[in-house]
Amino acid sequence: MAEFSLPKNSKIQPGKHYPAKGAKNPRTFRIYRWSPDDGKNPRIDTYEVDMAACGPMVLDALLKIKNEIDPTLTLRRSCREGICGSCAMNIDGTNTLACTRAIDECASGDVKIYPLPHMPVVKDLVPDLSHFYAQFASIKPWLRTQSPAPDRERLQSPEERKKIDGLYECILCACCSTSCPSYWWNGEKYLGPAILLQAYRWIVDSRDEDTGARLDDLEDPFKLYRCHTIMNCTRTCPKGLNPAKAIAEIKKLMVERRG
Amino acid sequence: MTAKDLRNPIKVARGLGSSQSGVGHWWTQRVTAVALIPLGIWFVFVVVSLAHSDFAHAHAVVARPWNALLLIAFVLTMFWHAVLGLQVVVEDYVHVRWKAVAWLLAIKFLAVLGALAGVLAVLRIALTP
Repeated sequence: MAEFSLPKNSKIQPGKHYPAKGAKNPRTFRIYRWSPDDGKNPRIDTYEVDMAACGPMVLDALLKIKNEIDPTLTLRRSCREGICGSCAMNIDGTNTLACTRAIDECASGDVKIYPLPHMPVVKDLVPDLSHFYAQFASIKPWLRTQSPAPDRERLQSPEERKKIDGLYECILCACCSTSCPSYWWNGEKYLGPAILLQAYRWIVDSRDEDTGARLDDLEDPFKLYRCHTIMNCTRTCPKGLNPAKAIAEIKKLMVERRG
Repeated sequence: MTAKDLRNPIKVARGLGSSQSGVGHWWTQRVTAVALIPLGIWFVFVVVSLAHSDFAHAHAVVARPWNALLLIAFVLTMFWHAVLGLQVVVEDYVHVRWKAVAWLLAIKFLAVLGALAGVLAVLRIALTP
């Protein structure tokens, strides 16, 4: 059966408390901590941050904690403007990007920060995305053609180009896939919303000539049909995309081609 | 993945490849669902209308050709749809292979028995004078 309770060594313990002395406008952050090196259970550390001296985004607070309070806090970040997808994590109960999530938008009270759900943790807020990336590679996400390469660009009309709007913007942050219960229970075989949206991005690309093979590769009870239209993916996407619709479009093409 | 897993992630991700099936299951589930909307409403309507009738009257209603036909259609469609849906539940949640196979077999066998029993019951009523 799917596991509904955490194993003993994953049960979360209370952690350290770092008060903000003399802060004018303190805000409390409760952050998941786990290290592979000390053999201890994960814990929740509590950090008080003076908002009077902190930027507006959750990533600003995390970096302030790392720089000024506790340098052992481990997280990924790169572009700090929602285009690289590195700082995806579970903030205030929702998978999103720390860099585009305003602290003010979080529910009042403590801001709770966890790594992306149901992924192996490398350390603290850093999940292991190796399998996720391998699944992306498995759909061969590049332009596949039979016709000989032309001397110039492969042309596309504005209408055809429009079809990949809402798809090409995906930054592969994994917020959607790790919010999906189907991906939690069957992630080894189910490709998950992010990868299926990427697959559809190539299926609808007017320049791609391998549509049938792409559909062949997806036609599988687990790779595609574990999607049960739960819609967590669309609700959580920090870029405002709609992976559930992309998956529905793939399912429609599957029916269409069998007549 | 465990520390002992030395396979390259792409090996795990590609797995056994695509089974080239699934669309039939998915589509049949939708078709039976659509069929069950009118059949289900009709069935509830018939059951409610028979709530206070005696045995002879209920027997006579079921024995009417159209009612018998629709009842059999309802029973078959309902069990078919249930098998497809329960199969998805087992595939989702049962991760020990032999248990999953045992569940899938039990579901299919029981559904066939249930469907046959339902059809037989309607036919007995419909065909006995």
